[in-house]
Amino acid sequence: MSPAVSFAPVLKSIDVDAPPPRAFEVFTAFRWWPKSHSILASKSPQAAVTVEPHVGGRWYERGEDGSECDWGKVISWEPPKQLVLSWQINGNFQFDPKIATEVVVTFTAAGAGKTHVALEHRLFERFGAEGEKIRAAVDSPAGWTGLLKMFAGMAAA
Amino acid sequence: MALADPTRRRVFEQLRSGAKPVGQIAQAMPVSRPAVSQHLRVLKDAGLVREEQDGTRRLYSIDPAGLGPLRRWLDQFWDQALDAFRAEIDRTQPSTRRRKP
Repeated sequence: MSPAVSFAPVLKSIDVDAPPPRAFEVFTAFRWWPKSHSILASKSPQAAVTVEPHVGGRWYERGEDGSECDWGKVISWEPPKQLVLSWQINGNFQFDPKIATEVVVTFTAAGAGKTHVALEHRLFERFGAEGEKIRAAVDSPAGWTGLLKMFAGMAAA
Repeated sequence: MALADPTRRRVFEQLRSGAKPVGQIAQAMPVSRPAVSQHLRVLKDAGLVREEQDGTRRLYSIDPAGLGPLRRWLDQFWDQALDAFRAEIDRTQPSTRRRKP
């Protein structure tokens, strides 16, 4: 079933002084990521943000203490044109594999060595209605809770 | 979460087709009008629904900037992040890097 409701995506764009291949390279190296934006459980200072350059690759941060936290996955990897990442960080700023909002970044040549970079963060309904639906299903008597109870009953029999 | 309650979710989903007054929402629901009002208040507080005055009526609609605080946070976050990205491009201009054509 498709999500019941949809929300306006966040749309941003910026022009940078670099041709698309370099813009893509710098973007995906994530050295520019604001280091204050870290969700490491260890609270260690952020050492690096990494995206593995292939579909299905991890998008994660690593702390100076070596601990890691997943943020999402690579949904599409098409240098130098487009990158799609899943953003699996919930409203409590925790990694949650049950949700997958998407961040689509498109790099378009804007003449004379410039690139127009457009970013769309979409599918917010997955934070809300969909996330709640999943949680409700998991918590329902027919979901995991019920299965576990049934399993416990069988095991005890 | 505001959408965890199934009745409240149905109230919310009724607004997909456009802004509606409480009465019209209540007509399509098996719950009382005061109950619908109560659900709308929770949805409004959660930033999912907004209320506007249309003459003498109050209309409720899905807040296009929905999910309130989280979406607002992400909106300003991406501005800040893209500025940082552009600064990184400028800081690392390949003037010192020699590349053969």
